[in-house]
Amino acid sequence: MELKDKLVSSFMAFENQIDVDTTVHDIRSEAIKVFEEKGFPTKKEEAWKYTSLNSLLKNDFSVFPKEEVALDFKDIKKYFIHDIDSYKIVFIDGVYSSYLSETTHEGMDICLLSAALHKDKYRQVIENYFNKVAKTDDSLTSLNTAFSREGAYIYIPKNKAVDKPVQIIHFATGNEAALMLQPRNLIVVEENAHIQIIERHQSLTENPVLTNSVTEIFADKRAVVDYYKIQNDEQNASLIDNTYISQERESNASVHTFSFGGNITRNNLNFYQKGERIDSILNGVTILGNKQHVDHYTLVHHAEPNCESHQDYKGIFADKATGVFNGKIIVDKKAQKTNAFQQNNNILIDDKASINTKPQLEIFADDVKCSHGCTIGQLDEDALFYLRTRGIPEKEGRALLMYAFANNVLESVKIPEVKSRINKLIAKKLGVNLGFDL
Amino acid sequence: MAYTEEELKKELETKEYEYGFYTDIESETFPNGLNEDIVRAISKKKNEPQWMTDWRLEAFKIWSEMEEPDWANVNYDKPDFQAISYYSAPKKKDKYESLDEVDPELLETFNKLGISIDEQKRLAGVAVDIVMDSVSVATTFKKTLAEKGIIFCSISEAIQDHPELVRKHLGTVVPQKDNFYAALNSAVFSDGSFCYIPKGVRCPMELSTYFRINQAGTGQFERTLVVADEGSYVSYLEGCTAPSRDENQLHAAVVELIALDDAEIKYSTVQNWYPGNAEGKGGVFNFVTKRGLCEKNAKISWTQVETGSAVTWKYPSCVLKGDNSVGEFYSIAVTNNFQQADTGTKMIHLGKNTKSTIISKGISAGKSQNSYRGLVQINSRAENARNFSQCDSLLMGNECGAHTFPYIEAKNKSAQIEHEATTSKIGEDQIFYCNQRGIDTEKAIALIVNGFSKEVLNKLPMEFAVEAQKLLEISLEGSVG
Repeated sequence: MELKDKLVSSFMAFENQIDVDTTVHDIRSEAIKVFEEKGFPTKKEEAWKYTSLNSLLKNDFSVFPKEEVALDFKDIKKYFIHDIDSYKIVFIDGVYSSYLSETTHEGMDICLLSAALHKDKYRQVIENYFNKVAKTDDSLTSLNTAFSREGAYIYIPKNKAVDKPVQIIHFATGNEAALMLQPRNLIVVEENAHIQIIERHQSLTENPVLTNSVTEIFADKRAVVDYYKIQNDEQNASLIDNTYISQERESNASVHTFSFGGNITRNNLNFYQKGERIDSILNGVTILGNKQHVDHYTLVHHAEPNCESHQDYKGIFADKATGVFNGKIIVDKKAQKTNAFQQNNNILIDDKASINTKPQLEIFADDVKCSHGCTIGQLDEDALFYLRTRGIPEKEGRALLMYAFANNVLESVKIPEVKSRINKLIAKKLGVNLGFDL
Repeated sequence: MAYTEEELKKELETKEYEYGFYTDIESETFPNGLNEDIVRAISKKKNEPQWMTDWRLEAFKIWSEMEEPDWANVNYDKPDFQAISYYSAPKKKDKYESLDEVDPELLETFNKLGISIDEQKRLAGVAVDIVMDSVSVATTFKKTLAEKGIIFCSISEAIQDHPELVRKHLGTVVPQKDNFYAALNSAVFSDGSFCYIPKGVRCPMELSTYFRINQAGTGQFERTLVVADEGSYVSYLEGCTAPSRDENQLHAAVVELIALDDAEIKYSTVQNWYPGNAEGKGGVFNFVTKRGLCEKNAKISWTQVETGSAVTWKYPSCVLKGDNSVGEFYSIAVTNNFQQADTGTKMIHLGKNTKSTIISKGISAGKSQNSYRGLVQINSRAENARNFSQCDSLLMGNECGAHTFPYIEAKNKSAQIEHEATTSKIGEDQIFYCNQRGIDTEKAIALIVNGFSKEVLNKLPMEFAVEAQKLLEISLEGSVG
C-alpha cells in the first residue's frame, strides 16, 4: 500500500485510540483532508524543485510503534549536551521516556504535548496557540497536524528567564523495520521571557526512519528565543522539519541549524513578524558527505515597520552530497525601514557534489535595505599554501580554512557547551583534530 | 525649481507616451484567428519553400498542444489567440533604391521617432533594416556590407536567397518546442532580420533594426537569426517603439544568436513599446525568447534597456557550449505606473573555463512590479566555470515592488559563483548632500539614477546610449536629467 493511503486509512484508528477535546479533533480532521487532497509534495512543485521524496516513500513505514523500548543512559549519553545542567524531554520511537527526561511545572511548563492536549488547565493555551501559526495548506504540516499527539510542550510565563537550556531529543531504536515519526512541539514564550532550546533527532540503527516534525513557536513582546537544531543523523534517517515562528513586537528569535548528516533533510523554517522592532536570526552550517542531501527552505515575512532579519547559511559539500538553499524574504508595503540581509556561501569539495541555491527577495516597500548574497567557490589555494609554508599539513590546513569559513555562524552560538560540541562534530566530520576550540 | 518626490511622482504618472501616434498606411491584414490554414497562408504569402511551410506547421502542431505558462511573476488577462490577426504588411512594399521613393508619410513617422533614415546614415553610419509591421520596407548600406560578404536582410529574403544557411541554423538554439511563445512564433512569424557574418570578418558598422507595431490589433511575431562564423565580430542593435493603443497588443519574438568558434556577437536592445496609460489600460505584451549559442572561445553579450511594454517576459540567455566561451548580460529595466516586468537571463555553462557576467538594474516607480529572474547553471563537465551576478533594485514610491528570483545550480566543484542583490531607495542623505552642494532635487535624482544605471549604459554602443538616455527620460520624466 502506498504510504499516503496507509496514513489516510490509519487516521481513523489513530483518532479512536486517543480521546481528546473537540477543538483539536476538528483541527485534525480538517488537516487529514488537506493531506489527502494534496498528498506528498513532488518535484513539480516549485518549493520542492530540488528535493525528491520518492526514494523515501518506497519504504513500508510503520506509523504506530508497537512496543516501548528502554534505553540505557550510558549508551546514549553522547547524544546529549551532557556537560551542562538542562531540562530534558526525551522520546524513544515517538514515546515519551520519563526515565531519561527532566521536566518541570514550577513557575513554567516544560512537559509533554499529550498532557497539554488532555488536561483542562492547558485548554486555554491550546485553543489560543495550537496550529495557529503552522501553515494549514501545506501537505506535510497538515499530515503532522492530523497525527499530532506527542511532542514537547513549553509554556514560559511573563518575565521568566528559564534558568537552564531545554533539550528535546528524539531517538529511533530500530525496533521497527522502518519507522515514521511525527513529533509536534508547541512553544509559547510570554512577554519578556527568555528560553534556550536544543533539538536533536537521532537514529540508533541502520533501519530507515522518516521524521516529519512540526514546531510552533510564539514569541510575545520582548521575548527572547534561542533555538539550536543539531542534525547529525545516520545515513538511513531522513528528517522533514517544519518550524513556524510567530514574533510579536520587540521580540528576538534566532534559529541555528547544524546539518552534518542524515539521508534527506529538509528544513522548512518560517518566521512571521507581527510587530515593530523585531529581530529574526537564521543561521546555518551544513557539512555533508556521502550521498546526503540537505534542503534549507526559509521564509521571513516582514509585515511591520522597523524590523530586521539576518540570515547566514554556510555549506560545505563533499562526495556526492547535494545541498539546496532557498531563502525567501517578503517585505510588505507597510514594513518600511526594514533591514533584511541574507547570505549563503558554499564550497564544493568533490566533483559529484552539487549545490542549488535560490535566494529570493519580494519587496513591496520602498524605504528598505535588503540584500542577499550568494557564492559558490573553493578554498583559497594561496591561503592553503601559506599555511603549509608554516608547517601546517594540508589536511589540517584545509580544515582550518573551513572552520574559518563557518566561523561567522559559530560565533553567534550563545551556549558555550553547544559551541564546543559543534566544533567537535565539525572536526570529526572533517577527520582532523585541531586541538583547540574556536 | 526644486521638486518634491510627490510632485515628481505626479508628473511621472501623467506623462503621456511621446511616441504614441498612428501612421495611416494601408495595410493588408489577414482575418483574425489561427489555424493550419492561416499558417499555410502566411507561408504561401511569403512564397516560402516547402521545408519552411512544414517547419511552421510542425511548430503549430506543437503549439496547439502546449499550455500558456503562468509561472512568471506577472498578472494580465491572457490574450485570446483567436482574436489576433497574424499577418499584416504595408501595402506599398516595393523596395526603394533611395529615400525619395519612400512614402513620405512613412518618413514622417521615422522623423517623429527621431530615427530618420538620413540622420542615421549621416551621423552614425548605421545600416537600418526597418521593420514596420513585419515587412522590411527599407534596407540601407546593403551594398557596403555585401562587399565584405556580410548578409544582412529580412528573414523572408534570406529564406528565398540563402535557404541553406537559414535551414541549417533556424531553430537550433530556440527549437519550436522550446516554450509556448517560441512555438507560436515559429508557426506564424511574419518577418524579422537575418544576419550572417562570414569567417574572419569584422562587421564595419553597427547593424540595426527598428521594430514598430503599427496596425491596430496585429500581433508582432519577429524572428531574428544572427550567425557569426568563425572569428567574426558583429554588433547588432534592436530598438522598439510602438504607437499608443488601448487594447493590449501581443509581441512574441524569437531571437537566435549563433557565435561559432572565436566569434563575438554584441546584441543591444532598447525596448520602448507602449506601456499603457497611467491607469494601466492598454500597452504591449512583450513575451520574447532570446538565446545565444557560444562555440569555442566565442562571446555573446546582451545589453538591454527595457522601459516599455505593459507586461515584459524576457530572458536573453547564453548557452556556453564551447570551452573558454563568455556570456554577458547587462540590463536596465524601468517600470512605471502599472507596468510589470519579469526579466533576467540564463547562463548555461557546458564548456570548460566558461565565464559569465550578469549585471541587472531594476528601477520601479508608480504601481509597477519589477522582477529579476535568472538561472546560472554549471554542468558537471564545466571545469573552472566562473560567474558573477549582481542585481540591484531601486524603488521609487511605496506602491511598487521589486523582486529577485535567482536560481543557482552548481554541479562542478571548480565552479566559482558570486551572486549579489540589493534593494534600496534613493537615500535622503544622498539627496541632501546634493542639495547642500547647490544641486536641486530633480537633478540630484537624475544624478543618482544615472549613476545607478551607468554600468549598463556604458555597455551600449555610442549611438544607442543617446537613445537609451532619452527613453529613461520618458519613463522616469523629471527624475533623469
